[in-house]
Amino acid sequence: MKLDAVTINMLKTGIWESFYMTALSSLFAYIIGLPLGIILVVTDEGGIRPIPWLQKILGVVINLLRSVPFLILLFIALPLSKIVIGTRIGSPAIVIPLTIAAAPYVARVVESSFRELDAGVIEAAQSMGASTWQIIWKVFLPESKPSLLLGAALAVTTILSYSAMAGFTGGGGLGAIAINYGYYRYEPFLMWVSVVLLVVMVQIIQEAGNRLSRKSDKRIR
Amino acid sequence: METPIIQIQNLAKEFKTANGPVRALQDINLEVSAGEIFGIIGLSGAGKSTLVRCINYLEVPTEGDVLFEGQSMAAMTDAQRRTTRRSMGMIFQQFNLLAQRNVIRNVCFPLELTGVPKKEARERAMELLKMVGLEDRAQAYPAQLSGGQKQRVAIARALATNPKVILCDEATSALDPNTTKQILELLKEINQTMGVTIIVITHEMAVIEAICDRVAIIDQSRIAEVGAVSEIFLNPQSAIGRKLIMGDAGERAAGGTGSGRSIRIIFDGRESAEPIISNMVLACKAPVNIMYAATRDIQGKAMGQMVVQLPKDADGAERVIDYLESIKIPYEEVNGYEA
Ligand SMILES: Nc1ncnc2c1ncn2[C@@H]1O[C@H](COP(=O)(O)OP(=O)(O)O)[C@@H](O)[C@H]1O
Ligand SMILES: [Mg+2]
Repeated sequence: MKLDAVTINMLKTGIWESFYMTALSSLFAYIIGLPLGIILVVTDEGGIRPIPWLQKILGVVINLLRSVPFLILLFIALPLSKIVIGTRIGSPAIVIPLTIAAAPYVARVVESSFRELDAGVIEAAQSMGASTWQIIWKVFLPESKPSLLLGAALAVTTILSYSAMAGFTGGGGLGAIAINYGYYRYEPFLMWVSVVLLVVMVQIIQEAGNRLSRKSDKRIR
Repeated sequence: METPIIQIQNLAKEFKTANGPVRALQDINLEVSAGEIFGIIGLSGAGKSTLVRCINYLEVPTEGDVLFEGQSMAAMTDAQRRTTRRSMGMIFQQFNLLAQRNVIRNVCFPLELTGVPKKEARERAMELLKMVGLEDRAQAYPAQLSGGQKQRVAIARALATNPKVILCDEATSALDPNTTKQILELLKEINQTMGVTIIVITHEMAVIEAICDRVAIIDQSRIAEVGAVSEIFLNPQSAIGRKLIMGDAGERAAGGTGSGRSIRIIFDGRESAEPIISNMVLACKAPVNIMYAATRDIQGKAMGQMVVQLPKDADGAERVIDYLESIKIPYEEVNGYEA
């Protein structure tokens, strides 16, 4: 097995598919997970707008979703993909289970970023008469930006590695190539090439996250 | 008489914790007049921070009420309380600046909250930064400033909305003595030029002595005593008051751990303590043991006090007391103090 033009094209397609599955799922996971993370912190007992029952229920639901192994979630959620986007196979179809798996994870990552925030700064904002919304928009989000960016690198790389399982359900991407060639056809060379490419993608995402975080952080100077 | 700007009425605060309820404040009654610098002093854990947070209702009291300009905070809606808070700036031990905003945007922050147009807010912020002496650091981030500079930014920020009151919770406790002095001077200047009422929370008597007109001493969740700073300095009524003013040495002396009687002598701090004592020893031909001596600068007025142990023999003790009477030095017997 050599890296001929056909193989290289296949790998290119694989990279692209991995990229867009990850990008779309990350986007949707943040659209759902970021507000959930905010709610987890804000409605906590010592939060700025305590609603303990809501916080507890949300926490349990998130833990439940997070404890289902992704492969199982994948098979449970694919029928939903059929309803929403009309198909249960291929790369687009996996975006829905990926989002369902990643959103609660993102919520926890965002939550932990917010929890790092100094309580004194929030108290100061409250002492100036800031409303709950103002504290979320003007304190929580901008003040934890560096930490949120680091968390995003963590979440996106995790989503990328989940996306590699799309191969089991007819999805595409580098993971599918690795599984199809390495696992089903005993062609370890292509499997290793795909794995290396995945590792490189993870490195790039992580490094980008680190740099953006550092660059945005006004505390270091 | 004018309505006090802040009236604290029968206030109590209880925290529910895993180990049962904690009474952080009990039976608190205080009045702060407009334009004064009012101190609240107490040891760590006495309830000072809880009290100051109850004043602007960041902490909702379990019992009682706080009246701001005669208006009951207990009766207000959340929105009304937020509006009232804008009349009460607050500064903190740890400064609590927004780390991701530069200095000028920190000062603009409270104005942003009330929807003041950006340009207007920036102008106001620059004015305030000039006043605290930091106009050249407007673009710096908090991490690039010293502790004293951070507190100046925090003061500018607290003043942005033209508050009537500034609450300071241990505002100088993280600063070195020199910086502490400068920040206290700045607060005093703000009080005098802008007429802002200032409430100073601290565990350090020196802070109270430097700028406060009146002081409340808080001990174990209750107010131990309230009064003019000079009066409390000369004549503390409570055990905690004596401890805060004279320190451990004073308390030991007052506690009468040694045998015999002790007295506290109060003198004009411009005179030195030595002549009084040496003349007394000469006149009475009796030795005394100095347990504690200090002069303090209270609001620019020097004041001194000393705790001495009287001679063991009753005769000698009598002679010393007669001598003090004859030269009209105020004194007080301190053996009766409960520790
Ligand atoms: N949020 C809280 N929950 C439980 N206990 C508290 C809380 N805040 C303060 N306390 C308790 O109330 C008491 C007074 O605390 P505080 O007002 O911070 O004292 P100070 O500022 O004088 O050091 C302490 O015993 C403290 O442990
Ligand atoms: Mg405190």
